[in-house]
Amino acid sequence: MEIGPGQFLLARLDDVARWAQSSSVWPLTMGLACCAIEMMSVTSAEYDIARLGSEVFRSSPRQADLMIVSGRVAQKMAPVVKRLYDQMADPKWVISMGACASSGGIFDNYAVVQGIDTIIPVDVYVPGCPPTPDGLLYAVNLIQQQIREGGRGGILARS
Amino acid sequence: MSTTPLTPEIVSQEGNAMVLSMGPQHPSTHGVLQIMLEIEGESVVKAEPEIGYLHTGIEKNMENLFWSQGQTNAERMDYLAPSSNALCYALAVEKLLGITDRIPERAQHIRVLLSELTRIASHCVWLGTHGIDLGAISVFFYCFDLRENILDLQEASGGARMHPNYVRVGGLNGDLPAGYVEKLDALIAKFPGRMRELRGLLQANPIFQDRTIDVGTMSAEDAVAWGVTGPALRGSGIAYDVRKAFPYSSYDQFQFDIPTRTEGDAYARFLVRLDEMEESMRIIEQVRKKLDTPGHVAIDDPKIFAPPKETIALSMEALIHHFKIVSEGFRVPPGDVYQAIEGPRGELAYYIVSNGENRPYRVRTRPPSLYNLQCLKGMAPGNLIADLVVMIGSLDPVFGEVDR
Repeated sequence: MEIGPGQFLLARLDDVARWAQSSSVWPLTMGLACCAIEMMSVTSAEYDIARLGSEVFRSSPRQADLMIVSGRVAQKMAPVVKRLYDQMADPKWVISMGACASSGGIFDNYAVVQGIDTIIPVDVYVPGCPPTPDGLLYAVNLIQQQIREGGRGGILARS
Repeated sequence: MSTTPLTPEIVSQEGNAMVLSMGPQHPSTHGVLQIMLEIEGESVVKAEPEIGYLHTGIEKNMENLFWSQGQTNAERMDYLAPSSNALCYALAVEKLLGITDRIPERAQHIRVLLSELTRIASHCVWLGTHGIDLGAISVFFYCFDLRENILDLQEASGGARMHPNYVRVGGLNGDLPAGYVEKLDALIAKFPGRMRELRGLLQANPIFQDRTIDVGTMSAEDAVAWGVTGPALRGSGIAYDVRKAFPYSSYDQFQFDIPTRTEGDAYARFLVRLDEMEESMRIIEQVRKKLDTPGHVAIDDPKIFAPPKETIALSMEALIHHFKIVSEGFRVPPGDVYQAIEGPRGELAYYIVSNGENRPYRVRTRPPSLYNLQCLKGMAPGNLIADLVVMIGSLDPVFGEVDR
Protein backbone atom coordinates (compact mmCIF):
# COMPACT_ATOMS: atom_id res chain seq x y z
CA MET A 1 0.00 0.00 0.00
CA GLU A 2 1.36 3.37 -0.96
CA ILE A 3 0.22 6.63 0.54
CA GLY A 4 0.04 9.33 -2.13
CA PRO A 5 -0.06 13.09 -1.70
CA GLY A 6 -3.18 14.30 0.07
CA GLN A 7 -3.91 10.86 1.57
CA PHE A 8 -3.48 9.96 5.21
CA LEU A 9 -3.99 7.12 7.68
CA LEU A 10 -6.03 7.23 10.85
CA ALA A 11 -5.29 5.17 13.93
CA ARG A 12 -5.74 5.31 17.66
CA LEU A 13 -2.53 6.23 19.44
CA ASP A 14 -3.05 3.36 21.87
CA ASP A 15 -3.19 0.83 19.02
CA VAL A 16 -0.01 2.12 17.42
CA ALA A 17 1.81 2.13 20.75
CA ARG A 18 0.62 -1.39 21.57
CA TRP A 19 1.63 -2.64 18.12
CA ALA A 20 5.09 -1.20 18.61
CA GLN A 21 5.32 -2.50 22.17
CA SER A 22 4.18 -5.99 21.27
CA SER A 23 6.75 -6.23 18.47
CA SER A 24 9.69 -5.50 20.73
CA VAL A 25 9.24 -7.57 23.86
CA TRP A 26 12.77 -7.86 25.22
CA PRO A 27 13.35 -10.78 27.57
CA LEU A 28 15.64 -10.77 30.58
CA THR A 29 18.73 -12.99 30.38
CA MET A 30 17.97 -15.20 33.34
CA GLY A 31 18.73 -18.88 32.85
CA LEU A 32 17.98 -21.15 35.77
CA ALA A 33 18.04 -24.81 34.75
CA CYS A 34 17.29 -27.20 31.89
CA CYS A 35 14.67 -24.89 30.37
CA ALA A 36 17.32 -22.21 29.95
CA ILE A 37 19.02 -24.35 27.32
CA GLU A 38 15.77 -24.56 25.38
CA MET A 39 15.41 -20.81 25.89
CA MET A 40 18.79 -20.46 24.19
CA SER A 41 17.66 -22.77 21.39
CA VAL A 42 14.85 -20.34 20.70
CA THR A 43 17.38 -17.72 19.65
CA SER A 44 19.22 -20.16 17.37
CA ALA A 45 18.83 -20.25 13.61
CA GLU A 46 16.36 -23.13 13.73
CA TYR A 47 13.66 -21.33 15.74
CA ASP A 48 14.77 -17.71 15.46
CA ILE A 49 12.81 -15.67 17.98
CA ALA A 50 13.99 -12.58 16.07
CA ARG A 51 10.93 -13.10 13.88
CA LEU A 52 8.86 -11.92 16.85
CA GLY A 53 11.19 -9.07 17.71
CA SER A 54 12.26 -10.67 20.98
CA GLU A 55 15.83 -11.68 20.21
CA VAL A 56 17.34 -8.86 22.28
CA PHE A 57 18.02 -10.63 25.55
CA ARG A 58 18.88 -7.92 28.07
CA SER A 59 21.17 -8.66 30.96
CA SER A 60 19.87 -5.81 33.09
CA PRO A 61 16.35 -6.11 34.48
CA ARG A 62 15.91 -2.37 33.98
CA GLN A 63 15.98 -2.80 30.21
CA ALA A 64 13.80 -5.90 30.01
CA ASP A 65 10.04 -6.23 29.41
CA LEU A 66 9.66 -9.95 29.80
CA MET A 67 10.91 -12.34 32.43
CA ILE A 68 11.13 -15.95 31.30
CA VAL A 69 11.46 -18.05 34.44
CA SER A 70 13.24 -20.96 32.83
CA GLY A 71 13.54 -23.80 35.26
CA ARG A 72 13.19 -24.82 38.86
CA VAL A 73 13.39 -22.00 41.38
CA ALA A 74 15.22 -23.08 44.53
CA GLN A 75 14.24 -21.54 47.85
CA LYS A 76 17.57 -19.73 47.84
CA MET A 77 16.97 -18.30 44.36
CA ALA A 78 13.39 -17.19 45.04
CA PRO A 79 14.31 -13.86 46.72
CA VAL A 80 16.63 -13.10 43.82
CA VAL A 81 13.88 -13.76 41.25
CA LYS A 82 11.49 -11.56 43.20
CA ARG A 83 14.08 -8.79 43.40
CA LEU A 84 14.78 -8.96 39.66
CA TYR A 85 11.06 -8.77 38.94
CA ASP A 86 10.75 -5.72 41.19
CA GLN A 87 13.68 -4.08 39.37
CA MET A 88 12.01 -4.42 35.96
CA ALA A 89 10.24 -1.31 34.74
CA ASP A 90 6.48 -1.35 34.15
CA PRO A 91 4.83 -2.62 31.99
CA LYS A 92 6.30 -6.09 32.45
CA TRP A 93 5.28 -9.63 31.67
CA VAL A 94 6.24 -13.03 33.02
CA ILE A 95 6.36 -16.42 31.31
CA SER A 96 6.59 -19.43 33.58
CA MET A 97 8.52 -21.88 31.44
CA GLY A 98 8.20 -25.57 32.19
CA ALA A 99 6.67 -27.77 34.82
CA CYS A 100 9.11 -26.81 37.62
CA ALA A 101 8.55 -23.08 37.35
CA SER A 102 4.78 -23.55 37.03
CA SER A 103 4.18 -26.04 39.82
CA GLY A 104 7.42 -27.47 41.16
CA GLY A 105 7.23 -30.27 38.61
CA ILE A 106 8.69 -33.58 39.70
CA PHE A 107 10.52 -31.90 42.58
CA ASP A 108 7.93 -31.87 45.33
CA ASN A 109 10.36 -31.33 48.20
CA TYR A 110 11.91 -28.92 50.67
CA ALA A 111 14.21 -27.21 48.18
CA VAL A 112 12.03 -26.09 45.27
CA VAL A 113 9.41 -23.33 45.19
CA GLN A 114 6.13 -25.01 44.25
CA GLY A 115 5.22 -22.66 41.42
CA ILE A 116 6.64 -19.19 40.95
CA ASP A 117 3.13 -17.73 40.94
CA THR A 118 3.47 -17.89 44.72
CA ILE A 119 6.05 -15.09 44.54
CA ILE A 120 5.43 -13.14 41.31
CA PRO A 121 2.40 -12.76 38.99
CA VAL A 122 2.53 -14.97 35.89
CA ASP A 123 0.94 -14.18 32.52
CA VAL A 124 1.58 -17.34 30.52
CA TYR A 125 2.44 -20.86 31.66
CA VAL A 126 4.26 -23.18 29.25
CA PRO A 127 3.89 -26.91 29.96
CA GLY A 128 6.65 -29.43 29.31
CA CYS A 129 9.82 -30.76 30.89
CA PRO A 130 11.41 -28.88 29.27
CA PRO A 131 8.96 -27.30 26.83
CA THR A 132 9.99 -27.40 23.18
CA PRO A 133 11.23 -24.11 21.71
CA ASP A 134 7.99 -24.05 19.69
CA GLY A 135 6.12 -23.98 22.98
CA LEU A 136 8.08 -20.97 24.17
CA LEU A 137 7.55 -19.18 20.85
CA TYR A 138 3.82 -19.74 21.23
CA ALA A 139 3.98 -18.29 24.73
CA VAL A 140 5.68 -15.16 23.40
CA ASN A 141 2.92 -14.99 20.79
CA LEU A 142 0.34 -15.09 23.57
CA ILE A 143 2.14 -12.28 25.41
CA GLN A 144 2.06 -10.20 22.21
CA GLN A 145 -1.65 -10.91 21.86
CA GLN A 146 -2.22 -9.81 25.47
CA ILE A 147 -0.33 -6.57 24.83
CA ARG A 148 -2.29 -5.81 21.65
CA GLU A 149 -5.56 -6.44 23.45
CA GLY A 150 -4.72 -4.04 26.25
CA GLY A 151 -2.83 -6.28 28.60
CA ARG A 152 -2.65 -5.72 32.31
CA GLY A 153 -0.77 -3.20 34.43
CA GLY A 154 1.47 -0.47 33.13
CA ILE A 155 0.78 2.89 31.50
CA LEU A 156 -0.47 1.61 28.16
CA ALA A 157 -3.08 -0.77 29.43
CA ARG A 158 -5.86 1.71 30.11
CA SER A 159 -8.82 0.04 28.43
CA MET B 1 27.17 -22.42 51.54
CA SER B 2 24.33 -20.46 53.05
CA THR B 3 20.67 -21.16 52.53
CA THR B 4 19.81 -17.56 51.76
CA PRO B 5 21.24 -15.32 49.02
CA LEU B 6 24.37 -13.38 49.96
CA THR B 7 24.40 -9.63 49.64
CA PRO B 8 27.68 -7.75 49.09
CA GLU B 9 27.43 -6.10 52.51
CA ILE B 10 27.95 -9.39 54.30
CA VAL B 11 31.48 -9.86 52.98
CA SER B 12 34.10 -8.08 55.05
CA GLN B 13 35.88 -5.13 53.55
CA GLU B 14 39.58 -4.52 54.00
CA GLY B 15 41.56 -1.55 52.74
CA ASN B 16 40.54 0.01 49.42
CA ALA B 17 39.08 -3.13 47.96
CA MET B 18 35.52 -2.91 46.71
CA VAL B 19 33.20 -5.85 47.08
CA LEU B 20 31.21 -6.75 43.99
CA SER B 21 28.62 -9.48 43.70
CA MET B 22 28.84 -11.17 40.31
CA GLY B 23 25.70 -13.20 39.80
CA PRO B 24 23.54 -15.14 40.50
CA GLN B 25 21.83 -13.51 37.53
CA HIS B 26 24.76 -12.73 35.26
CA PRO B 27 24.95 -13.65 31.57
CA SER B 28 28.41 -15.19 31.78
CA THR B 29 28.16 -17.26 34.94
CA HIS B 30 26.47 -20.03 32.93
CA GLY B 31 23.56 -20.39 35.25
CA VAL B 32 23.22 -19.31 38.84
CA LEU B 33 26.76 -19.00 40.19
CA GLN B 34 27.42 -16.09 42.48
CA ILE B 35 30.99 -14.90 42.94
CA MET B 36 31.80 -12.44 45.68
CA LEU B 37 34.61 -10.46 44.17
CA GLU B 38 36.96 -8.25 46.08
CA ILE B 39 38.40 -5.94 43.48
CA GLU B 40 40.90 -3.16 43.21
CA GLY B 41 40.09 -1.31 40.03
CA GLU B 42 39.68 -3.98 37.39
CA SER B 43 41.76 -6.68 39.00
CA VAL B 44 40.47 -9.36 41.29
CA VAL B 45 41.97 -9.59 44.77
CA LYS B 46 39.81 -12.38 46.05
CA ALA B 47 37.04 -14.47 44.52
CA GLU B 48 34.64 -16.41 46.67
CA PRO B 49 32.24 -18.61 44.66
CA GLU B 50 28.83 -19.05 46.31
CA ILE B 51 26.78 -21.97 45.11
CA GLY B 52 23.40 -23.44 46.00
CA TYR B 53 21.11 -21.23 43.96
CA LEU B 54 19.81 -24.27 42.10
CA HIS B 55 19.71 -26.71 44.98
CA THR B 56 16.89 -29.03 44.03
CA GLY B 57 17.16 -31.80 46.59
CA ILE B 58 17.48 -34.41 43.84
CA GLU B 59 19.51 -36.84 45.94
CA LYS B 60 16.91 -36.73 48.71
CA ASN B 61 14.11 -37.10 46.17
CA MET B 62 15.68 -40.28 44.85
CA GLU B 63 15.39 -41.95 48.24
CA ASN B 64 11.61 -41.80 47.90
CA LEU B 65 11.43 -43.09 44.35
CA PHE B 66 11.63 -46.59 42.84
CA TRP B 67 15.00 -47.54 41.40
CA SER B 68 13.67 -46.99 37.90
CA GLN B 69 12.05 -43.64 38.74
CA GLY B 70 15.24 -42.24 40.25
CA GLN B 71 16.73 -42.16 36.83
CA THR B 72 14.26 -39.50 35.71
CA ASN B 73 15.71 -37.25 38.39
CA ALA B 74 19.29 -38.20 37.54
CA GLU B 75 18.80 -36.93 34.00
CA ARG B 76 17.88 -33.52 35.33
CA MET B 77 21.15 -33.04 37.21
CA ASP B 78 23.55 -32.44 34.36
CA TYR B 79 20.97 -31.19 31.90
CA LEU B 80 23.49 -30.81 29.10
CA ALA B 81 24.28 -34.52 29.21
CA PRO B 82 21.13 -36.34 30.34
CA SER B 83 22.04 -39.64 28.72
CA SER B 84 25.43 -39.75 30.47
CA ASN B 85 23.74 -39.32 33.83
CA ALA B 86 21.13 -41.95 33.02
CA LEU B 87 23.84 -44.34 31.85
CA CYS B 88 25.93 -43.86 34.99
CA TYR B 89 22.95 -44.43 37.27
CA ALA B 90 21.85 -47.48 35.30
CA LEU B 91 25.38 -48.95 35.36
CA ALA B 92 25.58 -48.44 39.12
CA VAL B 93 22.25 -50.14 39.77
CA GLU B 94 23.15 -52.94 37.37
CA LYS B 95 26.40 -53.49 39.27
CA LEU B 96 24.44 -53.78 42.54
CA LEU B 97 22.04 -56.22 40.90
CA GLY B 98 24.98 -58.20 39.51
CA ILE B 99 23.67 -58.15 35.95
CA THR B 100 26.44 -56.11 34.32
CA ASP B 101 27.53 -59.04 32.14
CA ARG B 102 23.99 -59.88 31.03
CA ILE B 103 23.22 -56.63 29.20
CA PRO B 104 22.88 -57.47 25.47
CA GLU B 105 25.70 -56.32 23.22
CA ARG B 106 23.48 -54.16 21.01
CA ALA B 107 22.28 -52.25 24.07
CA GLN B 108 25.90 -51.70 25.13
CA HIS B 109 26.78 -50.28 21.71
CA ILE B 110 23.75 -47.98 21.62
CA ARG B 111 24.64 -46.75 25.10
CA VAL B 112 28.11 -45.84 23.86
CA LEU B 113 26.53 -44.10 20.88
CA LEU B 114 24.21 -42.09 23.11
CA SER B 115 26.92 -40.98 25.51
CA GLU B 116 29.16 -39.84 22.66
CA LEU B 117 26.29 -37.97 20.98
CA THR B 118 25.58 -36.30 24.30
CA ARG B 119 29.23 -35.34 24.63
CA ILE B 120 29.16 -33.58 21.26
CA ALA B 121 25.86 -31.86 22.09
CA SER B 122 27.18 -30.71 25.46
CA HIS B 123 30.41 -29.38 23.97
CA CYS B 124 28.29 -27.54 21.38
CA VAL B 125 26.52 -25.63 24.14
CA TRP B 126 29.84 -24.97 25.88
CA LEU B 127 31.48 -23.67 22.70
CA GLY B 128 28.48 -21.54 21.74
CA THR B 129 28.20 -19.88 25.13
CA HIS B 130 31.98 -19.53 25.50
CA GLY B 131 31.96 -17.72 22.17
CA ILE B 132 29.17 -15.39 23.28
CA ASP B 133 31.06 -14.60 26.51
CA LEU B 134 34.00 -13.47 24.40
CA GLY B 135 31.87 -11.55 21.92
CA ALA B 136 31.88 -14.08 19.07
CA ILE B 137 28.16 -14.49 18.48
CA SER B 138 28.19 -16.40 15.18
CA VAL B 139 29.81 -19.48 16.77
CA PHE B 140 26.64 -19.90 18.82
CA PHE B 141 24.48 -20.33 15.72
CA TYR B 142 26.79 -22.92 14.14
CA CYS B 143 26.98 -24.86 17.41
CA PHE B 144 23.27 -24.87 18.07
CA ASP B 145 22.55 -25.96 14.52
CA LEU B 146 24.76 -29.01 15.07
CA ARG B 147 23.20 -29.61 18.48
CA GLU B 148 19.74 -29.48 16.91
CA ASN B 149 20.62 -32.50 14.74
CA ILE B 150 21.62 -34.45 17.85
CA LEU B 151 18.46 -33.41 19.69
CA ASP B 152 16.47 -34.72 16.71
CA LEU B 153 18.14 -38.09 17.20
CA GLN B 154 17.37 -37.99 20.93
CA GLU B 155 13.76 -37.15 20.19
CA ALA B 156 13.52 -40.03 17.74
CA SER B 157 14.93 -42.57 20.20
CA GLY B 158 13.47 -41.44 23.51
CA GLY B 159 10.55 -39.21 22.63
CA ALA B 160 11.88 -36.02 24.23
CA ARG B 161 14.44 -33.54 23.01
CA MET B 162 16.40 -33.03 26.19
CA HIS B 163 15.50 -35.68 28.75
CA PRO B 164 14.79 -38.80 26.69
CA ASN B 165 15.07 -41.34 29.57
CA TYR B 166 16.02 -43.88 26.93
CA VAL B 167 18.73 -45.70 28.86
CA ARG B 168 17.10 -47.89 31.52
CA VAL B 169 18.29 -50.24 34.21
CA GLY B 170 18.69 -53.52 32.34
CA GLY B 171 19.03 -52.12 28.85
CA LEU B 172 17.19 -49.61 26.73
CA ASN B 173 13.58 -48.60 26.37
CA GLY B 174 13.00 -50.32 23.04
CA ASP B 175 15.11 -50.59 19.92
CA LEU B 176 16.11 -47.65 17.76
CA PRO B 177 13.13 -46.48 15.67
CA ALA B 178 12.93 -46.74 11.89
CA GLY B 179 14.80 -43.94 10.18
CA TYR B 180 17.21 -43.35 13.08
CA VAL B 181 20.25 -44.81 11.36
CA GLU B 182 19.66 -42.70 8.24
CA LYS B 183 19.53 -39.55 10.37
CA LEU B 184 22.71 -40.66 12.12
CA ASP B 185 24.40 -41.14 8.73
CA ALA B 186 23.40 -37.63 7.75
CA LEU B 187 24.93 -36.28 10.97
CA ILE B 188 28.14 -38.24 10.41
CA ALA B 189 28.36 -36.79 6.88
CA LYS B 190 27.71 -33.24 8.08
CA PHE B 191 30.06 -33.29 11.07
CA PRO B 192 33.57 -32.85 9.53
CA GLY B 193 32.52 -29.77 7.56
CA ARG B 194 30.88 -28.21 10.58
CA MET B 195 33.98 -28.83 12.72
CA ARG B 196 36.14 -27.15 10.07
CA GLU B 197 33.81 -24.13 10.24
CA LEU B 198 33.96 -24.01 14.04
CA ARG B 199 37.74 -24.26 14.07
CA GLY B 200 37.93 -21.66 11.32
CA LEU B 201 35.88 -19.21 13.36
CA LEU B 202 37.89 -19.43 16.57
CA GLN B 203 41.07 -21.46 16.57
CA ALA B 204 43.32 -19.02 14.71
CA ASN B 205 41.27 -15.95 15.61
CA PRO B 206 43.75 -13.45 17.13
CA ILE B 207 41.11 -11.89 19.42
CA PHE B 208 40.08 -15.28 20.74
CA GLN B 209 43.72 -16.27 21.25
CA ASP B 210 44.48 -13.02 23.06
CA ARG B 211 41.58 -13.62 25.41
CA THR B 212 42.33 -17.26 26.17
CA ILE B 213 46.08 -17.96 25.90
CA ASP B 214 47.78 -17.82 29.33
CA VAL B 215 44.45 -17.11 31.01
CA GLY B 216 43.29 -19.35 33.85
CA THR B 217 46.47 -21.40 33.84
CA MET B 218 46.36 -24.50 36.02
CA SER B 219 49.38 -26.70 36.65
CA ALA B 220 49.04 -30.47 36.57
CA GLU B 221 49.77 -30.68 40.32
CA ASP B 222 47.08 -28.13 41.16
CA ALA B 223 44.58 -29.86 38.91
CA VAL B 224 45.16 -33.19 40.64
CA ALA B 225 45.11 -31.58 44.07
CA TRP B 226 41.75 -29.93 43.39
CA GLY B 227 40.23 -33.14 42.03
CA VAL B 228 39.73 -31.67 38.59
CA THR B 229 38.74 -34.18 35.90
CA GLY B 230 37.70 -34.20 32.27
CA PRO B 231 38.87 -31.75 29.61
CA ALA B 232 40.11 -29.33 32.28
CA LEU B 233 42.52 -31.98 33.62
CA ARG B 234 43.57 -33.13 30.15
CA GLY B 235 44.27 -29.53 29.20
CA SER B 236 46.88 -29.54 31.97
CA GLY B 237 48.65 -32.55 30.53
CA ILE B 238 47.27 -35.53 32.42
CA ALA B 239 45.72 -38.15 30.16
CA TYR B 240 43.16 -39.51 32.60
CA ASP B 241 39.93 -40.66 31.01
CA VAL B 242 37.52 -43.06 32.71
CA ARG B 243 36.70 -44.58 29.34
CA LYS B 244 40.28 -45.87 29.12
CA ALA B 245 41.14 -46.23 32.80
CA PHE B 246 38.02 -48.15 33.88
CA PRO B 247 36.20 -49.11 30.67
CA TYR B 248 32.44 -49.54 30.94
CA SER B 249 29.71 -50.58 28.47
CA SER B 250 31.56 -51.62 25.32
CA TYR B 251 34.17 -48.87 25.16
CA ASP B 252 37.00 -51.42 25.16
CA GLN B 253 35.88 -52.53 21.69
CA PHE B 254 36.41 -49.14 20.05
CA GLN B 255 39.54 -47.30 19.05
CA PHE B 256 39.96 -43.70 20.17
CA ASP B 257 42.65 -41.41 21.51
CA ILE B 258 42.65 -39.12 24.53
CA PRO B 259 43.50 -35.61 23.38
CA THR B 260 45.77 -33.78 25.83
CA ARG B 261 47.59 -30.44 25.93
CA THR B 262 50.29 -29.35 28.34
CA GLU B 263 49.72 -25.57 28.51
CA GLY B 264 46.89 -25.77 31.07
CA ASP B 265 45.29 -22.48 30.03
CA ALA B 266 41.82 -21.70 28.69
CA TYR B 267 43.02 -22.08 25.10
CA ALA B 268 44.38 -25.56 25.83
CA ARG B 269 41.04 -26.59 27.32
CA PHE B 270 39.32 -25.19 24.23
CA LEU B 271 41.54 -27.28 21.91
CA VAL B 272 41.10 -30.40 24.03
CA ARG B 273 37.32 -30.12 23.83
CA LEU B 274 37.35 -29.59 20.07
CA ASP B 275 39.63 -32.63 19.62
CA GLU B 276 37.32 -34.59 21.91
CA MET B 277 34.35 -33.84 19.69
CA GLU B 278 36.24 -35.33 16.76
CA GLU B 279 37.26 -38.37 18.79
CA SER B 280 33.62 -38.83 19.81
CA MET B 281 32.63 -38.81 16.17
CA ARG B 282 35.31 -41.45 15.52
CA ILE B 283 33.65 -43.68 18.11
CA ILE B 284 30.20 -42.96 16.67
CA GLU B 285 31.38 -44.03 13.20
CA GLN B 286 32.63 -47.32 14.65
CA VAL B 287 29.37 -47.90 16.53
CA ARG B 288 27.40 -47.11 13.38
CA LYS B 289 28.99 -50.11 11.62
CA LYS B 290 27.76 -52.40 14.40
CA LEU B 291 24.21 -51.07 14.40
CA ASP B 292 23.28 -53.13 11.31
CA THR B 293 23.43 -56.31 13.39
CA PRO B 294 20.01 -56.78 14.99
CA GLY B 295 19.72 -58.02 18.56
CA HIS B 296 18.00 -57.62 21.88
CA VAL B 297 18.30 -54.26 23.63
CA ALA B 298 17.19 -55.24 27.12
CA ILE B 299 17.99 -57.96 29.62
CA ASP B 300 15.77 -61.03 29.43
CA ASP B 301 14.70 -61.02 33.07
CA PRO B 302 11.07 -60.10 33.75
CA LYS B 303 11.84 -59.52 37.44
CA ILE B 304 13.97 -56.48 36.52
CA PHE B 305 12.83 -55.32 33.12
CA ALA B 306 9.13 -55.35 32.23
CA PRO B 307 8.26 -57.70 29.35
CA PRO B 308 7.28 -56.10 26.02
CA LYS B 309 3.86 -54.51 26.13
CA GLU B 310 2.50 -56.59 23.23
CA THR B 311 2.99 -59.81 25.22
CA ILE B 312 0.85 -58.63 28.10
CA ALA B 313 -2.45 -59.41 26.42
CA LEU B 314 -1.26 -62.90 25.49
CA SER B 315 0.51 -64.18 28.57
CA MET B 316 -0.71 -64.27 32.16
CA GLU B 317 2.86 -64.32 33.49
CA ALA B 318 3.86 -61.33 31.42
CA LEU B 319 0.86 -59.44 32.79
CA ILE B 320 1.81 -60.26 36.38
CA HIS B 321 5.46 -59.30 35.85
CA HIS B 322 4.46 -56.05 34.18
CA PHE B 323 2.07 -55.24 37.02
CA LYS B 324 4.72 -55.97 39.65
CA ILE B 325 7.37 -53.83 37.92
CA VAL B 326 4.97 -50.91 37.48
CA SER B 327 3.35 -51.03 40.91
CA GLU B 328 6.29 -51.81 43.18
CA GLY B 329 9.42 -51.86 41.04
CA PHE B 330 12.24 -54.30 41.61
CA ARG B 331 14.33 -54.95 44.69
CA VAL B 332 18.09 -54.57 44.81
CA PRO B 333 20.27 -56.69 47.12
CA PRO B 334 21.82 -54.80 50.07
CA GLY B 335 25.23 -53.29 49.47
CA ASP B 336 26.93 -50.21 48.12
CA VAL B 337 28.54 -49.40 44.82
CA TYR B 338 30.64 -46.69 43.19
CA GLN B 339 30.33 -46.38 39.44
CA ALA B 340 32.13 -43.73 37.41
CA ILE B 341 31.85 -42.81 33.77
CA GLU B 342 33.47 -40.13 31.66
CA GLY B 343 30.85 -37.42 31.28
CA PRO B 344 31.40 -34.41 29.03
CA ARG B 345 32.76 -32.46 32.01
CA GLY B 346 34.81 -35.20 33.65
CA GLU B 347 34.44 -38.10 36.02
CA LEU B 348 30.74 -38.40 36.70
CA ALA B 349 29.97 -40.98 39.34
CA TYR B 350 27.21 -42.36 41.52
CA TYR B 351 27.70 -43.90 44.92
CA ILE B 352 24.57 -45.84 45.78
CA VAL B 353 23.66 -47.66 48.97
CA SER B 354 20.88 -50.23 48.99
CA ASN B 355 19.27 -51.85 52.00
CA GLY B 356 17.38 -54.41 49.95
CA GLU B 357 14.27 -52.32 49.38
CA ASN B 358 12.66 -51.23 46.14
CA ARG B 359 14.05 -47.75 46.73
CA PRO B 360 17.66 -46.61 47.21
CA TYR B 361 18.78 -45.96 50.78
CA ARG B 362 21.14 -43.21 49.68
CA VAL B 363 22.30 -41.87 46.34
CA ARG B 364 25.36 -39.66 46.21
CA THR B 365 26.56 -38.05 43.01
CA ARG B 366 30.10 -37.04 42.21
CA PRO B 367 29.41 -34.13 39.89
CA PRO B 368 32.52 -33.20 37.87
CA SER B 369 31.44 -29.55 37.63
CA LEU B 370 31.58 -29.02 41.40
CA TYR B 371 35.18 -30.24 41.65
CA ASN B 372 36.24 -28.37 38.52
CA LEU B 373 34.68 -25.17 39.82
CA GLN B 374 36.67 -25.33 43.06
CA CYS B 375 39.88 -24.27 41.36
CA LEU B 376 38.31 -20.92 40.38
CA LYS B 377 39.14 -19.59 43.82
CA GLY B 378 42.83 -20.18 43.29
CA MET B 379 42.85 -19.14 39.65
CA ALA B 380 41.09 -15.80 39.79
CA PRO B 381 43.18 -13.54 42.11
CA GLY B 382 45.52 -11.21 40.26
CA ASN B 383 43.54 -11.36 37.03
CA LEU B 384 41.06 -8.99 35.43
CA ILE B 385 37.31 -9.39 35.83
CA ALA B 386 37.07 -9.94 32.07
CA ASP B 387 39.46 -12.89 32.41
CA LEU B 388 37.31 -14.36 35.15
CA VAL B 389 34.54 -14.72 32.55
CA VAL B 390 36.93 -16.73 30.36
CA MET B 391 37.90 -18.93 33.30
CA ILE B 392 34.32 -19.77 34.19
CA GLY B 393 33.55 -20.48 30.54
CA SER B 394 36.57 -22.71 30.05
CA LEU B 395 35.71 -24.83 33.10
CA ASP B 396 32.21 -25.41 31.68
CA PRO B 397 30.23 -25.81 34.92
CA VAL B 398 26.59 -26.91 34.87
CA PHE B 399 24.76 -25.77 37.96
CA GLY B 400 22.16 -28.47 37.86
CA GLU B 401 24.85 -30.90 38.95
CA VAL B 402 26.89 -28.51 41.09
CA ASP B 403 23.93 -27.76 43.35
CA ARG B 404 21.82 -30.88 42.69
